[in-house]
Amino acid sequence: MSSQEIPEENLPAEQDAAHGAVEGAGDPFADPGLPAHKPRIQDIDERAANRSERAVAFMFTLSMLATVGFIASYVIFPVDKIVYIFPFGHVSALNFSLGLTLGVALFAIGAGAVHWARTLMSDVEVADDRHAIAAEPEVKAKVLADFAAGAEESAFGRRKLIRNTMFGALALVPLAGVVLLRDLGPLPEKKLRSTLWAKGKQLINMNTMEPLRPEDVVVGSLTFAMPEGLEEDAHDFQVQIAKAALMIIRIEPDNIKDKREREWAHEGIVAFSKICTHVGCPISLYEQQTHHVLCPCHQSTFDLSDGARVIFGPAGHALPQLRIGVNSEGNLEALGDFEEPVGPAFWERG
Amino acid sequence: MKKLSARRRHPLAAVVVLLLALAATGGLYAAFAPASKAQADETAQSLAIDEGKKLYSVGCASCHGTGGQGTTDGPQLVGVGSAAVDFQVGTGRMPAQQPGAQVPKKKVIYTQAEIDQLAAYVASLGAGPIVPTKSQVSPEGADVAKGGDLFRTNCAQCHNFTGEGGALTKGKYAPSLEGVDPKHIYEAMQTGPQSMPSFPDSTMPEQQKKDIIAYIKTVNSSESASPGGLSLGGLGPVSEGLFGWIFGLGALIAVAIWVAAHTAKAKKS
Repeated sequence: MSSQEIPEENLPAEQDAAHGAVEGAGDPFADPGLPAHKPRIQDIDERAANRSERAVAFMFTLSMLATVGFIASYVIFPVDKIVYIFPFGHVSALNFSLGLTLGVALFAIGAGAVHWARTLMSDVEVADDRHAIAAEPEVKAKVLADFAAGAEESAFGRRKLIRNTMFGALALVPLAGVVLLRDLGPLPEKKLRSTLWAKGKQLINMNTMEPLRPEDVVVGSLTFAMPEGLEEDAHDFQVQIAKAALMIIRIEPDNIKDKREREWAHEGIVAFSKICTHVGCPISLYEQQTHHVLCPCHQSTFDLSDGARVIFGPAGHALPQLRIGVNSEGNLEALGDFEEPVGPAFWERG
Repeated sequence: MKKLSARRRHPLAAVVVLLLALAATGGLYAAFAPASKAQADETAQSLAIDEGKKLYSVGCASCHGTGGQGTTDGPQLVGVGSAAVDFQVGTGRMPAQQPGAQVPKKKVIYTQAEIDQLAAYVASLGAGPIVPTKSQVSPEGADVAKGGDLFRTNCAQCHNFTGEGGALTKGKYAPSLEGVDPKHIYEAMQTGPQSMPSFPDSTMPEQQKKDIIAYIKTVNSSESASPGGLSLGGLGPVSEGLFGWIFGLGALIAVAIWVAAHTAKAKKS
């Protein structure tokens, strides 16, 4: 129903005239139609309209100035200049001025546009009729007839060989795109199953970059180690340390509950992978009183005194332990690589 | 003399006499005190241990045992060293108020002199880490960048990247390092209080502890620069995102409502 079709007597003014002010009389759901248009001050007073124009122009000019200020700040302020601004504290002059000027530049454009639309652009209410969505019956009949004729002429239903081979061709074409996904990167091959650790590799303290000695590691301490020969500026350092990083702790041998852990330790010094077996976060929130290690990502908790068994959280495997011993120089060394893949599980891990 | 006697009832006479008496007392003390101090120096250590033992018997023995051997309520103190006592008592963690997941930092109830006496007594039970000197914890000669590197390797997993602290399991937590005395940070690294593992000099040399302390001072103090502006507690992207969603979107909604609530019509209805 459109505003043009509203019966005259249903308009508010007519209603009042016809029925007086009797409550509940007549059709309670009658469309009251659009209220009468009320003008704005700018529609009546040309000076007010000019004021609004100036206000909008002021906003846009402010935006221009702020943009110029943005460019100027970028040129003027060195990147490391720190200034004190209440209440933000000691902030970067560059970041602060860039943010402030860009914020003003964008806000002023928006504020100007809103003020323009509210005060100067026409606000006369306009009603547009809605049309039926369905097509006329003749048009529908013609389309269906044309489609049937087309299907008949193409022999789509009769020559099944053509139809079936076409379906096959259309189904196979997308495979070309799928095959190209293979270029996204090399296959991991055996890389997930091995790390840099090997028999005879010394444990290097990541603080001092010196080989760790058993007497350095005291009960209750936590040390991080990486394999000998890995350099911090090597091109694949991150790739290698992401698999090889170790947590070194010492537990009184009598307090180690797991038999294999005690055998793989050296006088109570145990070396566990630092990579969580859930999704591979570096995990080292070690509580020295309980020997529990917590992963900060999803709260998986491992008991390092019991074979790094999972005692809480989503991790599916215990942390892999590295078998360690002491070499002829008295330094800690690995007695081989990890016996199982480190880090998160993967499809073929088994 | 007669002149003096004549003025004995002068209003200021009492003040003059008092001043003379004070000067005499002070002078006598100055004359005798150094001698007694010299005597004290010789036996200072054993005196401190004796005094410490008295304080220990009153304040600590109920949980840690009469000789620091430990009980079911408290660990043994033989070999924890003076650094552990200075940290635990100096930050108010000890004496503990109640058993629980973690003993929190609170008001310090002993004076530094008493803490030194307690530390001397506990150190006499067995050798352990000793309280660092001023130069060991001062930021002079420290490498802040190296300290940041070491902090991220050894400390950030629990204490957050700028030392704001974080949660551990079952109600335990890593406390914030803001405003912590460098001496206490050093002692915590040496001794490993509560859940915290220790970082002894054998695996983290003294200079590296200094670097770490200098790093914490640089990134976590009222003077620290926060190039991005409001640090929002430095707790990371979750709190920052939440702030953005609540206050950023909230401000936009408030502006939209304000615009819609104010009609532009000449005749307000």
